[in-house]
Amino acid sequence: MKVLTNGNEAIAEAAVQAGCRFYAGYPITPQNEIPGYFARRMPEVKGTFIQSESEIAAINMVFGAAVAGARCMTSSSGPGISLKQEGISYIAACQLPVVIVNMMRGGPGLGDVSPAQSDYFQATKGGGHGDYHMIVFAPEDVQEAYTLTFNAFNYADYYRNPVMILGDGILGQMMEPIEQVNPSFELPLPEKDYILDGCRGREARSMMSLFLREGELERHNAILQEKYKRIQEELCLVEMVDVDQSDVVIVAYGTVARICNTVMREASNEGIKVGLIRPITLWPFPAKQIYDKVKNNAKVLVVEMSAGQMLEDVKLALNGKANIDFLGRMGGGIPLVVDILKKVVSMKGDS
Amino acid sequence: MKDMISPKRSAKAKSLKKVQFHYCSGCGHGIIHRIVAEIIDEMGLRENTIAIAPVGCSVIAYEYFNFDVTEAAHGRPPAVATGIKRIHPDKLVFTYQGDGDLAAIGTSEIIHAANRGERITTVFVNNAVYGMTNGQMAPTTLLGQRTETTPLGRDALREGYPLKIMEMLAVLPGVQFLARSTVHTPQEILKTKKLIKRAFDVQLHGHGFSMVEVLSMCPTCWGMTPLEALDFVRNRMIPFYPLGIIKEPDKNENGQYGKEQPKK
Ligand SMILES: Cc1ncc(C[n+]2csc(CCOP(=O)(O)OP(=O)(O)O)c2C)c(N)n1
Repeated sequence: MKVLTNGNEAIAEAAVQAGCRFYAGYPITPQNEIPGYFARRMPEVKGTFIQSESEIAAINMVFGAAVAGARCMTSSSGPGISLKQEGISYIAACQLPVVIVNMMRGGPGLGDVSPAQSDYFQATKGGGHGDYHMIVFAPEDVQEAYTLTFNAFNYADYYRNPVMILGDGILGQMMEPIEQVNPSFELPLPEKDYILDGCRGREARSMMSLFLREGELERHNAILQEKYKRIQEELCLVEMVDVDQSDVVIVAYGTVARICNTVMREASNEGIKVGLIRPITLWPFPAKQIYDKVKNNAKVLVVEMSAGQMLEDVKLALNGKANIDFLGRMGGGIPLVVDILKKVVSMKGDS
Repeated sequence: MKDMISPKRSAKAKSLKKVQFHYCSGCGHGIIHRIVAEIIDEMGLRENTIAIAPVGCSVIAYEYFNFDVTEAAHGRPPAVATGIKRIHPDKLVFTYQGDGDLAAIGTSEIIHAANRGERITTVFVNNAVYGMTNGQMAPTTLLGQRTETTPLGRDALREGYPLKIMEMLAVLPGVQFLARSTVHTPQEILKTKKLIKRAFDVQLHGHGFSMVEVLSMCPTCWGMTPLEALDFVRNRMIPFYPLGIIKEPDKNENGQYGKEQPKK
């Protein structure tokens, strides 16, 4: 049975379905439907909803809930996600399974509340201090927001790592009919042998990210990096459509990839073949898949709602193999089909 | 003092690991750790306790406490404790925080956790200075007190007044037990122990937020000998930070403290 819902509420319900029983957050547009939904829904499942005094408090509350062994989530947008960065760094350092939603809005500063993709660097390169990574999922529609959020909790537990759902204001607000079917997850979840619940019948445990003894912090970092390498090998998700026979290959994620579906159709009406590469995990970035698929000297167009952030990862992935062009809108601007089409036509023309 | 904190006695405190403290001589943290550990032993709660350590000299409390301890970012223990307590409402959950952690960077978290009436306890160690970072001014630094960042002494016109957090928290209905004590004499150590035990009791009986502020010595950052530091607590700190119970749950007709509040 299909239900009509928006991206924000789909994410919140998927979290509940995945067993999330603790949510803390602070209001900010365009993600207010998430705390609003949890406020109604958590009491029904005997979970906890807290409207925290700040995003800093919220991220530290989920730190606590994760240490205590619960599946937990916080969400925000732009300025609020910036405030959470110190906490995310601690969560990554302590290897805690926490799911964080960023419904991106235009920045920098207070910016505006229109959709944007300008927090890509912050999400995929670390964002807070120290060498760490979150797993970053970028759903393109409400259905995928549901499915990816559900499994975000599984991946967070499987890898003991924070996971971010990176959407934007359009995805959050858009209503679509979806199937609330919980996806399967085949990987065995490890026992939570790190949680603090009182040391009954076992040794006392501690959770920390401070390592003062000679060489200890470097060894801890090596453990994290080994895990990140494993995630990179195992978890790159990407959708590729008609890349082989195309005149121009577009690389785009999230809402923008959806706009580019229309571009593909309209281009094909004009006799131009456009392929699409849509990274679903932004970290780990599907660099190898992209490199393997794109032909030498192919024409590649990266489209983003930013000044060109994923663009850097595409360049690194292709390593000089293809000709890469960029089209971006900033500050809440949405790339228009006509503009992308014009760009595609001009790229095809240059030979 | 011999009776309470002799090595022999502490060796018996199951809630302390058998390792040496790293704290400077004359520092109050070791004494306060020991008091807390003894209370938890006496209450039989070692296996049902989760503590949150601050960022400050006592960040590595987990090296000493022999029960579950998590670190938290600087100032955020009350938020972390909130997350833990809501998941484990039946455990004893307490934060252990310095005055920089609690009264400067973490002011927002402590006020809001207290105001929500979180069933947690805070042990607030006020040594009137930032110990870990080498002795800068804390919000609780006394007027005239010299620190690395108030080389001429704290001046109200320039640095504002010392912050009395307890008196601020006292007006919040979610706050059920507040007391201030010191550890500069054996008698006061015993009193501190009673007060922290009361605070834990208030938590376990579901009354609401409880907190004990312990005035403590930092001879190293105060530039004093351990003995001079005891005098500083007696002569300078206590007059400004009066000791005693500041707030406690109302007694009912049977002489017992208040009704339990509904569980969260
Ligand atoms: C976000 C952040 N800012 C600053 C610091 C540096 N820092 C560590 S401890 C501390 C002050 C600790 O003082 P206090 O809370 O009074 O505890 P004490 O060391 O005196 O026991 C500071 C400023 C930090 N670790 N994190």
